[in-house]
Formats: sequence, structure tokens, C-alpha cells
Amino acid sequence: MENDNPVIYGLEFQTRALSAQTAETDVVRFLIGTQSLNFNNNQIHLVELNEETGNLKTQVFQHSLGEIWSLQASPTEPDIFITCYNHLSEEGICQMKGAIWKFPEIKEYTNDILQLDKLADIDTAPYGTDLKTIAYHPTDCKKIVSVVDNNFVLWDLANKEPQVVVSGTLASKGQPRFTNGKWNPHNGANQFVTLNENNVRGWDFRSPTDAAWSILSAHSQIIRDLDFNANRQYFLSTCGDDGYMKFWDIRLPTEPILSRMEHSHWVWNIRINRFHDQLVLTSSSDSRVILYSIASISSEPFGHMVSTEDEFAFQNDESCGKKKLEDGLVGRYEEHEDSVYAVEWSSADPWTFASLSYDGRLVLNKVPRKYKYQILL
Amino acid sequence: MAENVNNPYDINGQYFNSDMYFQKLLKECTLKQIMDHESEIIKNTQTLHSDMQTLVYENYNKFISATDTIRKMKADFKEMEDSMDLLAKNMDSITSFSEQISSTLHGTRQQIAKLSSVHTLLKKLQFLFKLPGNLKDRMNEENYEQAVKDYVHAQRVLNQYSNMPSFQGIQRDCEDILEELKSKLRLQFHKRDTSIKALAENVEFLLQLKEPADSLCIEFLTHTEGRLTEQLEILKNMCENDIIEFMDMASSGFLSNLCLIVASYNDMFINRLLKDNDLVDDFEIKAENHLNKFIVSNMKKYFDIVSKRVEDVSDTALLVRVLDRFHHKLQAMKICKEKNFAKIGTDIVVNAGRKQCRNHLHNLKQHLSETLVKVRQTLATKLTQNSDGNLTELQAMLIIPIIEKVKGVLQDLLEAAQNLLNHYVRIQGLAVSQMLRKSVETRDWLHTIEPRTVRAVMKRVVEDVTAIDSQVAALYDDNDGQIDRSSDSSRKTHSISVSKHHYRSNWSSYTPSHIDSSLVSNIHKLFSERIEIFSSVQFNKASILTGIIKISLKTFLECVRLRTFSKYGLQQIQVDTHYLQLYLWGFVSDENVVHFLLDEILGSAVHRCLEPVLMEPSVVDIICERG
Repeated sequence: MENDNPVIYGLEFQTRALSAQTAETDVVRFLIGTQSLNFNNNQIHLVELNEETGNLKTQVFQHSLGEIWSLQASPTEPDIFITCYNHLSEEGICQMKGAIWKFPEIKEYTNDILQLDKLADIDTAPYGTDLKTIAYHPTDCKKIVSVVDNNFVLWDLANKEPQVVVSGTLASKGQPRFTNGKWNPHNGANQFVTLNENNVRGWDFRSPTDAAWSILSAHSQIIRDLDFNANRQYFLSTCGDDGYMKFWDIRLPTEPILSRMEHSHWVWNIRINRFHDQLVLTSSSDSRVILYSIASISSEPFGHMVSTEDEFAFQNDESCGKKKLEDGLVGRYEEHEDSVYAVEWSSADPWTFASLSYDGRLVLNKVPRKYKYQILL
Repeated sequence: MAENVNNPYDINGQYFNSDMYFQKLLKECTLKQIMDHESEIIKNTQTLHSDMQTLVYENYNKFISATDTIRKMKADFKEMEDSMDLLAKNMDSITSFSEQISSTLHGTRQQIAKLSSVHTLLKKLQFLFKLPGNLKDRMNEENYEQAVKDYVHAQRVLNQYSNMPSFQGIQRDCEDILEELKSKLRLQFHKRDTSIKALAENVEFLLQLKEPADSLCIEFLTHTEGRLTEQLEILKNMCENDIIEFMDMASSGFLSNLCLIVASYNDMFINRLLKDNDLVDDFEIKAENHLNKFIVSNMKKYFDIVSKRVEDVSDTALLVRVLDRFHHKLQAMKICKEKNFAKIGTDIVVNAGRKQCRNHLHNLKQHLSETLVKVRQTLATKLTQNSDGNLTELQAMLIIPIIEKVKGVLQDLLEAAQNLLNHYVRIQGLAVSQMLRKSVETRDWLHTIEPRTVRAVMKRVVEDVTAIDSQVAALYDDNDGQIDRSSDSSRKTHSISVSKHHYRSNWSSYTPSHIDSSLVSNIHKLFSERIEIFSSVQFNKASILTGIIKISLKTFLECVRLRTFSKYGLQQIQVDTHYLQLYLWGFVSDENVVHFLLDEILGSAVHRCLEPVLMEPSVVDIICERG
């Protein structure tokens, strides 16, 4: 697709959950989960972007168990994903539950609403009521972690029924509750990172009784999300209700390396591009998505060409020393009219990203070509 | 059936009678049939015969092996019987041996136990006898910690057996050594160069040795005070240095030391005594009093120095940075329960700011008079040349630099003021939103009763906003943004009466069956502008309050979206938003903002409701007015 215009897709329900189809590396595909309290109406939308024409193809699936609060696609199997959903039991009690799903085989995108196969339930009830998210291991599709109340639980999916391997608890005054969690992709992915209030804690599964490291009072208010730099060890980013995004070196937990405030309300999501890690996306309830180029935390070297990408290089490449890009804003995207609770990079195309606002609007955008060439050349 | 079984004509049956069968065949069948039958029977006989033979052959081997096995088993069993006999015999001998051993050892066992108990006793005694020597060694090694530990360990025993003369000797020795130890500790106490940490350690030892805590705490404070005064002296001497350096030194040196002192004091004197109650009750209070006095006097000195230092700084930006650091540090410190140092600190900051303004003013005045003098001089010289055309030039010369100068200063101050104001709005907005957030997050919205009143939180919110309003009113007049609202009481009635005509939420008339819920809010959104939440505010009251209210309501909105509501939960939100509507609109410059945000809140609550049925608007009115 040669134009950079945004592509918009509207859903008829409220939405919060968005995930790239992580295992799919050829086609730009995203999964969306809806939030409707008419529980039977909830759906999973599979959205595919045709990069040639810029058209969207979609397929809708029925998720009749409840409204979806979190959605994660498997890292290795394209047709499997996990949802955390709010389920209304027959006694009229709302309960958060988790389940693993599988798409039926689709040959052709149709307008029918298809059924999903449920592979397994993940019963987190023994660990608490407030299931926040279930996170896939970065590379191993048989390992997941669920974040419930003040516990995080590692499950093994190798057998038919999910089995608990390890669980850890944050015990301190005032009934702490985790708000989110994410795997640390480095060091053999033995670490899991949790958020509660304005603290970040790293846990090692080999000794889960105490936090391995922590960044206390990282923001002045609740931290909403974090993301690791996939290419540079120890570097992670956080964002929160104070409107700031901050970058940290976990070996130096007292001071952020960088902190910026561009949004005019809470920042809900932060994502670092996996391929070009100077590109950082944030989404906020001021209904904006902001794309930054933060070269100072990037793993890419400056001053010389990356030899493997010679196909993009000029013929007289020895003269063109790459200038260091300034840290700064690349773009503000204002296509949303409601709070944007989720933003994701595509797993197939490093320059495409999707953002999802509460009113059910999915917007697919691209990194402006100018910056794309600046990074590549 | 029985007939059939006993049928003599059944060739496969038990009662088969060949003669009768034969007779029957002869009688019933034709010759041909008989012939056929005969050949059939012969064939059958032959197959049966061969079958039997194969069976026998097949099973022959098995028979043979079975016989073999049985024979072998016979022999083995005989062997086994022998072994079993042997085993039984051996067991018998083992039992007898063990009995023999235990009987022989019986006497000695008691002896051994006794010996080992004597051994431990002796060891303890040895420890006691060696104690004086050990203590001395430890003291020479300056390993006071171990010495104190050893002594405390042995003290109880010594006290218990103090009536025995030999123990008395030891005790006396120990006490002597301890006296020495104490005096040494005290000496170290008095030394100037010991760090505060070491001081605290020493006091800890002395306390363990049951020194009177009362005098110790006073002593501790006087010594630490000495150290602190030293640091203050250094600070005073540093006054000529760079101000940032000064402030860093002050916060990292003096303040952190003070914190350390307070923390260790608390650990040693106040918190510990809660554990062992053998000290007088009012000691705790006394100790705390000492501490408070100590903190107050030191902080006062500190404030004096700081306020003197910040008085003469020319660079505004630098001053702001320094004051910001100073204030942060003070806020982070929570050493004293009673005194509020933050307030004194703020006073210093404010004074410094004022001083800065005065300085600027002074500079301006000076500049003005200088220019005037210059102009006068030029005039004087020019007068002699008598050319009047130069007057305008002179005027320009007089005015332009002054304007430039004033502009520069104002720019400086304006920026600072804007930042300050924005920060104020953020802080106040945060305080109100925290209240709203907690109220939404902690309540169980699924199992709530039908709303009868406005929730207390909403009243608090309105009260707080009113308080902020009067606070801001002290600084900014209200007449530059808004219609007249002279007194509080008139405003309230005014607002209610107006709002009844004015305001009817989109959702008030909403019934789930009629309108597609999202449609209304979407249309509304199309025609309203995007609201910036953390935006910069203007220098008037309405704008400030709009900022605060925007932040609070947006928080309310986001929190509502994270919950699920029952019918009554939704109605409670309806009542609350209506109440806020009644009281908040008057504070803001553009009441549509409040309308819009409250509509969004109610709309989101409707979306998040399992059974969206709203209350009669008239009932809501009544509840709100009663509240």
C-alpha cells in the first residue's frame, strides 16, 4: 500500500481487548474482543489488512461466554488465543474467567458468525476473583501466566488440562492487587513483571517467594502498562495515570532514564516496536495515539549501516554515515473520538500498528514514510 | 426343551442311540439319501478324528512341560525349607545377641548420659570462667558487639548464682570490665569524628547493658546535635558557593543525617520500649518530647540558614529550581508527627519568591532612574545646541529599553506563574479524583440497594470544590469570567432554579427500548469539541475551577467504565451525576463541559449496566434537593 492514510474499522460494541496475531508473520492480522453486557452477543473479530489495496477483510466469531477484558494470541500457533472474560453465572454473579480458544479452519472470509472451539478453561478461582490478564510466554506456547488479585500463577499447557507449575504472592499491607503483568523476554524468560498501584516488581520463577527487583513509586499514580524492549536487555517502559511515559533500566531502579509527558490524560498502553525499537506507541484516554522515536533507548547502532539491510542501502554507502535521530514525536493520531485503551504493533509488518478505542473503532496506521526511510537508510 | 436334550436321535447329543437312529433313517429316507448320509457321516468322523489327533499333539508338549515344572518345584521346595530353617535359627541367635548387648550396655548408658550433661555444664562453667578474659580480648579487638552479646548471655546465670562465692568473683570481674567497656563506649560517644551510625550503634550497646535509657537518650541527642551543628557550620561557610551545590549539600548532608538520627532514635528508644515493658510508662512520652524539641531546634537553625542563603539569588530560573528541590525534600521527610515543617518550608519559598519580585522591581526602578539621568544629560547638552527635533528621539531612547526590560521580567514571572497554576490545578484535581476513584472502586455496584440519597462522597466533592473556589477567589476576582454570583446562598438557589430549565441529560429521557443508546452520545460527540483534560489554564477563577472539575469528572468516567452495575447501581450513579450537575455548573466558565462529561459518565454507566433502567427524573430531582 503506497498511501499512508489510516484504515478504519468500526464495531458495534464497546471494545478494550486487542492483540496482534503474533504467530502470523506474513499477513497483517489483528484480533479484537468486544465488551457487551448482553453476554451472549460478544464477539471476536479477526481483521486482516491487504497491504496492496489497503482493504480490510474481517471474520466474526461468537464468544458467547462473556465480555472480553483481555485477549492474547499464542506466540507460535496462529489459530490459538486466550481471553479473560467477565461471565455472568446463573445466580447473577459476575465472575472473571479465562479460557483458551481455537479458530475453526477458515478458507474464505464470510459474513456469518462462526463458532470457536474452546480448548481448555483456566480456572483461577482458587487464587482470587479479580483476573486481570493471562499472558503467553514470549516464545513457548505451552506456558502462560495468569495475574489474579495479588497472585501470579504459572501454568503448563503441555497436558490436556492446564496445570499450575509455580505461583507467587505479593504480601504487604493494605491488600495489594496487581493491575497488570508481562513476561520479561530476556534471560531465558524466567522473569515475570507485575504492576500494582505505582510499583513495578520483577519476579523470578525459580524463587517466586520474593520479588527479584522492584521499582517503587515509579509513577506518581497508578501504572497502567509496561513493555520491554525486545532487543535490549534490562530496558523497559511504563506508562500511567500521571500522563507520563517513562523508560527504565532495571539495574538502576531509582531514576528513570527518560520520562516524557505528551498526553493530556492517563496513558493506558505503551508498546515498543519489536523490529525497530526506537519506535514507541502510547494510547491514552485523551483519545489520541502518539508515536515517538526514542533513539536514545534503541538497540540500533548509530553512525554506520546495519549490514544485513543492504538491500535498502544506496550504492555509495560508505559516505552516508547515519545520523542519530533526535528523540521526539513522530506523529499524533487523532482518528479516535473516545478513550483509546489498546494499541499494538503488527507482528507481520514492522511499520503498521492498530489502535482500538472504547467506542469500537479500530484504526490501522503506518509509520510515516519519511521516518521509515530515516530509520532504514 | 427337555425332550430335545434327551433326544436319542440327536447325533451330537448325550443320549444318542445309534441303533434307533439307524432304524429311523432306514424308515424315513430313500436309498439315495441314506447313501449320501453315510458318506457325510464318514467324512465327519474322519475330520473329528484328525481334529482329535492334532489336539493331542498340540497339548502333548504342554503336558510334558507341566510335569517337568511340578517335578522341579518339588525339589526346590525341599531346598527352600532348609533355608527357612536356617534363617529361623539365625534370627534366634541375633535376638539373643542383641539382648545380651543391651543388658551389658544398660549400666553404661546412664553413665554416658550423665557424663555428657556434666560436659555441657562444664562447658557453660568454662564459658563463665573465661568470660572476663574473653570480654577483655573482645574489648581490645574493639569487637564490642560480640562482648555485649556474651555478657547479656551470661548475665542471667550470674545473677541466679550470685550467692556462691566463686561466681561472685566472676561477676565482680565482669562488672569491672563492663564498667570499662561502658566508659570506652561513652568515650567513643564523645569523640567528634564518629559517624552518626556508629553513635547509634554505641547507644544500642549501652541500652542492652541496661544503662538508664532516660539519660542515654538525652546524651545521644546532645552529641548528635553537636554533629549537626558542625554540618550547619559547613553549610554556613558554603554560602558563597553555587546555590545548587549548597542545596544538594544541605539535603544530602544535613537533612539525611537528621532523618537517620530520628529513625535510629525511634528504633532505639520509642519502638523498643513497646516490646519490653520493664521501663516506666511515661518514658516514651518523655523521649518523644526530647526528640521533638531536638528536631524543632535543629530545623529552625536549618531554615534560618536556608532562608538567608536564598535571599540573594539573581537568576530566577535557578532560584526556582533550588526552591523546588528544597520543597520536595521537605515534603518527602516525615520525621516529626506534630510539627509541620512543610509549612515553614513553603513560607521560606514564598518569601524568597517575594524577595525575587522585589529585586526585579528594584532593578527596574534603578534602570529607569539611570536612563532618566542619561536623558537629562543629553537634554542638557542638546539644549545648548538648541534643536527641538531630537525630542522624539530622546523619548524613544527613554522608553524602549524600559519596555524591553519590563517585558523580560514579566515573561520570566509569567512563565513561573503559569507553571505554578497548572500544577495547582493538577494537584487539586488529583485530590478530588482520588476521592472519586476510591468511591467507585471499593463499592460493590452489583449488590447495592435502591438509591435514597446522594452518596456522601459527592457531597464531599462539592464541598471541596467550594473550598477551592473560595481559596482561588482570594487571588482572582470572579467578575472577569462569569456572571455575577455575589454570595454563596444566592448562588445555590440560582443554580437549582436555572438548572431545572436548562439541564436535562440525554439519558434522563432515555428508555432502553426506544433509542439506540450509543447513537445519542455519538451524535453529541460529533458536535462537541474534544476536551483537553490536563490542559493549561488561564489566570481567572472560572478557568482554574474548570480545570479541576474536568480532571475529576474524567477520572470518574474512566472508573465507571471499569465496573459493572446493577439496576440500582446505575440509578445511584444517575442520582450522583445529577447532584454534581446541580452544584458544579456554576463554578465553570463553560457549563457545557460539565454537561458533556456528566452525560458521558451516565452513558458509560448505562453501557456497563446489566439491566439498564433509569429512575424517574422527578424522583432524582427530589432526592438531590433533599440531599
